Amino acid sequence: MKVRLGERILAHGVLILASIVVLYPVLWVVKMAFSPSQAFSMSLSLLPKQWTLENFRVLLTANDGIFFRQMLNSVIVAAATTVVGVVLSCTAAYAFSRFRFPGRQVGMATFLITQMFPGVVMAIPLYILLDNLGLLNSLTGLVLVYSTTAVPFCVWMLKGYFDTIPVDLEEAAVMDGAGQWTIFTKIVLPLAQPAIAVTALFSFMTAWNEFILAATFLSDERMYTVPVVLQQFVGDYNTEWGYFAAGAIIVSVPVMALFFKLQTYLVGGLTAGAVKG
Amino acid sequence: MSRLCWVVWGWLVWLVVGAATAQAAEPVVVWHAYQSAEREALQAVAARWNEENPQTPVRLLPIPYEAFANRLTSAIPRGHGPDVFIAAHERAGDWSRSGLLRDVTGEFDVDDHHPVTVEALTIGEEVLGVPLAYKSVALFYNSEMLSEPPATTDEMIELARAHTRPDDGAFGLVYEAANFYMHGPWFFGFGGEIFGEDGSVALNSPAGRESLAFAHRLVEEERIVPREATGSLVGHLFREGLAPMAISGPWFLGELDEDLPFDIAPLPAVSETGLASTPFLTVEAAFVSSQATQPETAVAFARFLASHEMAVERALTGMQPVSTLSAYEDPAVGEHRILSRFREQLDQAMPMSNDPRMRSIWEPATQALGQVLRGVVTPEVALAQAERRVALYTRPPPEPKDPTPLMIGLTVLLLLGLGYGGYRFRRDRVWARMKASAPAYVYMAPAILGMAVLIVVPFVVGSAVSLFTHQEGEFTYVGLANFIDIILSQEYGLTDPHSFYFTLGVTVLWTGLNVFLHVAIGLGMALLLRDPWMRMRGVYRVLLIIPWAIPNYITALIWRGMFHQQFGAVNALLAFVGVEPISWFSQFATAFTANLVTNTWLGFPFMMVVTLGALQAIPRDLEEAAAVDGASRWQRFRHVTWPLLKPALVPAVVLGTVWTFNMFNIIYLVSAGAPDGSTEILISEAYKWAFTRQEQYGYAAAYAVLIFFVLLAYGLFSGQLKTHDPASKGES
Repeated sequence: MKVRLGERILAHGVLILASIVVLYPVLWVVKMAFSPSQAFSMSLSLLPKQWTLENFRVLLTANDGIFFRQMLNSVIVAAATTVVGVVLSCTAAYAFSRFRFPGRQVGMATFLITQMFPGVVMAIPLYILLDNLGLLNSLTGLVLVYSTTAVPFCVWMLKGYFDTIPVDLEEAAVMDGAGQWTIFTKIVLPLAQPAIAVTALFSFMTAWNEFILAATFLSDERMYTVPVVLQQFVGDYNTEWGYFAAGAIIVSVPVMALFFKLQTYLVGGLTAGAVKG
Repeated sequence: MSRLCWVVWGWLVWLVVGAATAQAAEPVVVWHAYQSAEREALQAVAARWNEENPQTPVRLLPIPYEAFANRLTSAIPRGHGPDVFIAAHERAGDWSRSGLLRDVTGEFDVDDHHPVTVEALTIGEEVLGVPLAYKSVALFYNSEMLSEPPATTDEMIELARAHTRPDDGAFGLVYEAANFYMHGPWFFGFGGEIFGEDGSVALNSPAGRESLAFAHRLVEEERIVPREATGSLVGHLFREGLAPMAISGPWFLGELDEDLPFDIAPLPAVSETGLASTPFLTVEAAFVSSQATQPETAVAFARFLASHEMAVERALTGMQPVSTLSAYEDPAVGEHRILSRFREQLDQAMPMSNDPRMRSIWEPATQALGQVLRGVVTPEVALAQAERRVALYTRPPPEPKDPTPLMIGLTVLLLLGLGYGGYRFRRDRVWARMKASAPAYVYMAPAILGMAVLIVVPFVVGSAVSLFTHQEGEFTYVGLANFIDIILSQEYGLTDPHSFYFTLGVTVLWTGLNVFLHVAIGLGMALLLRDPWMRMRGVYRVLLIIPWAIPNYITALIWRGMFHQQFGAVNALLAFVGVEPISWFSQFATAFTANLVTNTWLGFPFMMVVTLGALQAIPRDLEEAAAVDGASRWQRFRHVTWPLLKPALVPAVVLGTVWTFNMFNIIYLVSAGAPDGSTEILISEAYKWAFTRQEQYGYAAAYAVLIFFVLLAYGLFSGQLKTHDPASKGES
């Protein structure tokens, strides 16, 4: 498609404006992270008066570097949630998309309905439940809770995407003698890469930034995830914004790295050709 | 990929086992929510204890303040609580009545402590905890700008006038005028009382009204105190030398640079009454859990924390105003330029009442203060309304009911349901069809099992709570009383911002506008970002998801700061194009807009990512063909892209709707319900009932169940609960 120069300039203009709006508050976080003060900055300038790495140093070295351990916990929990969430929802969504069976409509609706119940009344029952399952002070318990939180969206998203993959492709594979599982793993999943990338990012984020449940369930500082650590800087009367901002930056870098990696699947050129149908 | 899985699972198992074996040593566990210097001091005390008592060590567990209280009430009754926890005294009455605390009367010498701190921890004859430290506000002044602190409020106003230049952003005095906690000194200084002689709520006294009028005078008539002052603004103006006086507490010290010339003084006496300005006093104490596994050691550690030597340690290392009197005999503490000043303020401070009703005072009193400062009503009207609200929040629970009819009804319903299900099962030959599609169930089993256990079970338990009323740890069955109360809106007129229907209206508006903006902006960005001719797509894409990646606690508060009337970036930008400064949080429409803008900023990246993924399913040659046929850009989008995109976006839109409906923390962080609770949504109301108004869990759960039914109705009527199957597909 030919695109006129004017349109290109306009498109860049819109994107640059959007980037400025997105970045302005973020630069504020950066400013606070690199300022020596723990105060919440109110001045409009985006540059700190003094630059310092002190907030990062304190955060990373406190308590013999327990932060690295906590970061590892976060990575484990988020990665395991992503794996569990995506695996569970890929198979479930495939069944919903390709099979017609009793309970199908009800099943899909139930996934959605579970999202409608507000978390405010779920926390204490969940606490009791995890206690009875013996998973209270464990990362496994967190992974389970986070995965089930992420699954409904993932199932709906993937089911919608699987629907757009023509059944003809699979029928052709059946002709060639492929089994159901082979078709699922060798044809459907590769074609659904963009949707899997979206659900993976979503599952990861569900686990990555959550702190209320983690702070309620975990009772060993070495098992804390990073959001719990960050939330400790928020006190009854005041918040240590310098540390919080430094932590917020550390926390968001892996997400951006992950997205940078995943976006090749989001916009890759491979699939488009195969799905022509 | 599978190797990664194994590594991850290996780690998990290792960590679980590690946790299990770590518990075997059984030290005394101490929970706290201290930060920075205070935490260091506590660590030093614990290290000292462990050195002296290697047989009975203690282990500290820092817990975020926000999760602290909730966690105590869930963990202690189930035997997972701490042995000792350090917390402020206000909720001690509740904890004691719920049976969470061990009585420590006679376990330590009360004469070692300032009597006010012991009084705060005493209910009847019982002492509930060992006092450690206290927090109250005092007057911070810039000693270069003021030679002497004011002794009376008249002097204070006089001094402040000389330093006020509102247009330059300079004010004589800065404090959070709209916060009832910060207003406390004036309220008590004018002779106000929260509870009267007879124990009834007595906010609306002449003294109370005068104190509100005084706050109005400072901000709106004298204009010596800035409007909409938040803790951040207080710090900013005082640090920058733009305000010679600030009212704040010991926590403020952490924000002040060492080279800032400041001093602290007791608050000036109220000139009109001659009474001392009396701030609220919070006492921090070591409480011993009723479930402590080693109660003797726990009590001994609490005593150790309060001992002379450790009090000096906490005072000097943690900059803590300690309650142990003998600590002040140590010159390093007694003559300390900061600690000695707070010690002076302690002699004129009002311990926050440990009456459980106290927690229902803050919200109505703060709203009354806000209304008076905005000038919408007189102090009398505002306080009368506040008293009505307090009465409402503390009203007696509904009558207990007999649960037998419920049990019978449930049994009958269950039997009927089973009977009908069985009938349909046989009639429709469901079994045969189920057997035929066995593979489908195998694919779904893991997800269904996980959901059933971890969502449906808590869901049922949680919604059952709505049939109960909660008081002091006891749940009583009350039938549908909570629902009837909410649905009939018995306590409020329909247009009152606190009524269910008003809040529902706000919630629907909030959800609709948010989802529309998220989708519109997300879609627009995604369409721009997929075109191959667009250079630097990858860079833009990563930049634009940042709002999703950064913890929203900090960015939401940055947005709140940006909406400040005088010092915010938004008004600065508007002034650039000639718009008068807007007071964002004083009207419903603008406060709602501020919430909306913030949540749109936070929410569009998700929709953008989803759309980017969904766009991949659309063959580009269809659009190209349309372009060849002469379709305009809009026509191509409207007739080719959009119809193909819609099915893939439906789940994100539906779930986005559900999430936004229950998105309470943005409201909480940005407008906090201002003005007057009108920008609250249903879920934030539910939170308030559960956590800030008397822990009415049953009432909150009833709100949650109603939210659920509203969303279910939305799902049913919009047809979103049906799966959208492409029409062309046959049964497979």
